Amino acid sequence: MTESAQTGQAMAAPAQITRRGRLSRAWRVLRKAPPTAWFGMIVIAIYLFAAIFAPLLAPYPETELVGGAFEPWGGAYILGTDQLGRDMLSRLIYGARNSVGIAVLTTVLSFVIGSALGLTAAIIRGWVDQVLSRAVDVLMSIPQLIFALVLLSIMGSSIINLVIIIAVLDSTRVFRLSRSVAQGVVVMDYVEAARLRGERLPWIMRREILPNIMAPLVAEFGLRFCFVFLTISALSFLGLGIQPPTADWGSMVRDNAALISYGDVTPLLPAGAIALLTVAMNFVVDWFLHKTSGLRE
Amino acid sequence: MNDNVKPGSTRTKGDLLLDIRNLEIEGESDEVWRPIVKGVDLTLKRGEVLGLIGESGAGKSTIGLAAMGYARGGCRISGGSVVFDGIDLLGASDEIRRKMRGSRIAYVAQSAAASFNPAHQLMPQTIEAELREGIRGHGDAVKDAVELYRRLRLPNPGEIGFRYPHQVSGGQLQRAMTAMAMTCRPDLIIFDEPTTALDVTTQVEVLAAIRDIVEQFHTAAIYITHDLAVVAQMADRIKVLRYGKSVEEAPTREMLASPREDYTKSLWSVRKLGKQEQAAGEPILQIKNVTAAYGNAVRVLNDVTVTVPRGRTVAVVGESGSGKSTLARVITGLLPPIEGQIIFNGEALPPALKERSQDTLRRIQMIYQMPDTALNPRQTVYEAIGRPIEFYRGLTGAKKEARISELMKLIEMDDSYVDRFPGELSGGQKQRICIARALAAEPELIICDEVTSALDQIVQEGILQLLMRLQRELNVSYLFITHDIATVRAISDEIVVMFQGRVVQQGPKTKVLSPPHPPYTELLLSSVPEMDPDWLTNLLARRKVQPEAMKAGDR
Repeated sequence: MTESAQTGQAMAAPAQITRRGRLSRAWRVLRKAPPTAWFGMIVIAIYLFAAIFAPLLAPYPETELVGGAFEPWGGAYILGTDQLGRDMLSRLIYGARNSVGIAVLTTVLSFVIGSALGLTAAIIRGWVDQVLSRAVDVLMSIPQLIFALVLLSIMGSSIINLVIIIAVLDSTRVFRLSRSVAQGVVVMDYVEAARLRGERLPWIMRREILPNIMAPLVAEFGLRFCFVFLTISALSFLGLGIQPPTADWGSMVRDNAALISYGDVTPLLPAGAIALLTVAMNFVVDWFLHKTSGLRE
Repeated sequence: MNDNVKPGSTRTKGDLLLDIRNLEIEGESDEVWRPIVKGVDLTLKRGEVLGLIGESGAGKSTIGLAAMGYARGGCRISGGSVVFDGIDLLGASDEIRRKMRGSRIAYVAQSAAASFNPAHQLMPQTIEAELREGIRGHGDAVKDAVELYRRLRLPNPGEIGFRYPHQVSGGQLQRAMTAMAMTCRPDLIIFDEPTTALDVTTQVEVLAAIRDIVEQFHTAAIYITHDLAVVAQMADRIKVLRYGKSVEEAPTREMLASPREDYTKSLWSVRKLGKQEQAAGEPILQIKNVTAAYGNAVRVLNDVTVTVPRGRTVAVVGESGSGKSTLARVITGLLPPIEGQIIFNGEALPPALKERSQDTLRRIQMIYQMPDTALNPRQTVYEAIGRPIEFYRGLTGAKKEARISELMKLIEMDDSYVDRFPGELSGGQKQRICIARALAAEPELIICDEVTSALDQIVQEGILQLLMRLQRELNVSYLFITHDIATVRAISDEIVVMFQGRVVQQGPKTKVLSPPHPPYTELLLSSVPEMDPDWLTNLLARRKVQPEAMKAGDR
């Protein structure tokens, strides 16, 4: 017993050293990040901050009619009001929570579905791979936005339907990526060793393969998020996405679009919010990809 | 073939051809430049062959490339001078350097298969450099290439140039690459481990061909290898490198007879490891009349019968393609046999992996050739060794940690390594971790698939000694797959010789290793290079008298 206690102590010390080492290494890498990556990370941080603390930051509630329709900028309403007289700034801030939140949820779901099936296909191979891959081919052969529109019109556009439909459609791309990168890992001796040990499929997937394909998956997560975010915004703009009175950037553009003909830039604000986040995300993903592929040398 | 030239010391040496002074090369990792080669001097006369030896990471290949004025990606030549035939290669323009490479200095890489373009036939690739340099016209170049193929003893020299790289064997491809290097009649050829990837039986052919052609054209060569016995056949002079520094340098015979430095002596002593053969007891594993194939293709194993006694080591030897590794896959259940039985501890094992119980899986463990791919790069040593303990024994927490610590002691490593990732360990340490992972399951049989062939000789010795000690202490049985006869001598009790999916010979070590041998065993054993510098010459002379001994391996 004393021996095992000693071992425990002996092992605690180096564990701490490595952990500190990893933290400081992460900081070293971060410090050397290019300005574009820093810009992207700061923008994303601001969006996240706005999304999380929306009720504290927003001057007015999300759906309350606080003034007349289309009030100008300045005064009580910093960015004016919308077509029903709701505060534009508050709705922009709440929009971060709704649009980004739903997009993140959808992307996560599409990754869970896509990578689980992709890894299964890569490990088992044979007819399982054939069936899954051909099913994905079929789904991908239909234009995504139109397919989503059709499904949403059939099933009704609730947030749950929206998330599920976009996630399933998007998981096809995740499936292809994870399957192809996993194929390179499955042939490694350590995966064979795990199979010889008698490990089950979920363990091999989660512990042997997933950690080794994390870098491309994380990068893909960032990009997929952008596409999902744009798809949802597009659907909302068309009126089939997130439904009023929930504040959402896509539908905010549509609702206030008429203002643009009077030379008012207000409807461009939610559009700009969408664009800025997409650009920022791309900057970060670019840098991350560069970094991880460079480290693999 | 020129039979008049005697190999080795009788060659006439010309004036100074290559003069490298105080060469320093740095390599980049994590944006920090670290020295790889630290002030090495090297001189080479015309027609002289210099052997560069040392373990991996000693800077052999880097120096070889620097002799062409080249540093590979992530490296830079940071100091010193490289003067080739009066031309300062480091100061010269890219244009001049490019003209030198290929036409006056040539390079033969380790992996010919990776160096040929698979989309083109051998001939256009062989003569590409001389056409570019305008040395010969196309018709003459083809004629000359055929002549070189003939001198390198390639089969059908007239036609082989019109095959694609995948249509010829590895040994033939390596000779074709030597022909490619020779086409411009360079003054200097750099051979970077040209036979390391080849089987011993093929290696002899390639070594003889390279040696003859270098002598015939009076070409100077730098021969890079980690194999002492090989360098003893090829080089006039040997230079030993370690950690990017020169350890010692002497003419081959002098170096072999009396190495001065301790490090050199340790390199020499590795091959003297040996084991007292022990009589076989009750069998733990019996493979009975097993036949196996991949898909509907040719049978890779044909009626193979092998018995492994408990607590003993059975070495399975043979060249690549002989079915050694397939045998391992059949035993582990990865490849269910078409016919035959595997009896383990007196009970027939289910043929497929899925049908075997967890406890059966535990009793048979495997150690792989490449520790780099056998360990998950994203798992620490703790996770790698801890998992089988948890999986088979159900131990967690302090008990698991105690067991890990015990295993680390068994493999002679410190507890402080448990939090490291495989990338933070050396090749030998990684292989020790693989051994610990196998031991964690408390197996009765360990299948060792070429476990030392990816390691340096000194590290090999350590691993082999560890395996032997573990066998004495734990009475575990080994099925040891290898192509290296020195390893077989060192650790086995019994030997199984395989050739083209069949067992050619099997029996106790002393019996198999002492004559008379069946023809294939004879060929295999006689092809293993020895430290004697006259070995290759004598072997070739012997084989000329008894040509039938060659037939088994001549493909």
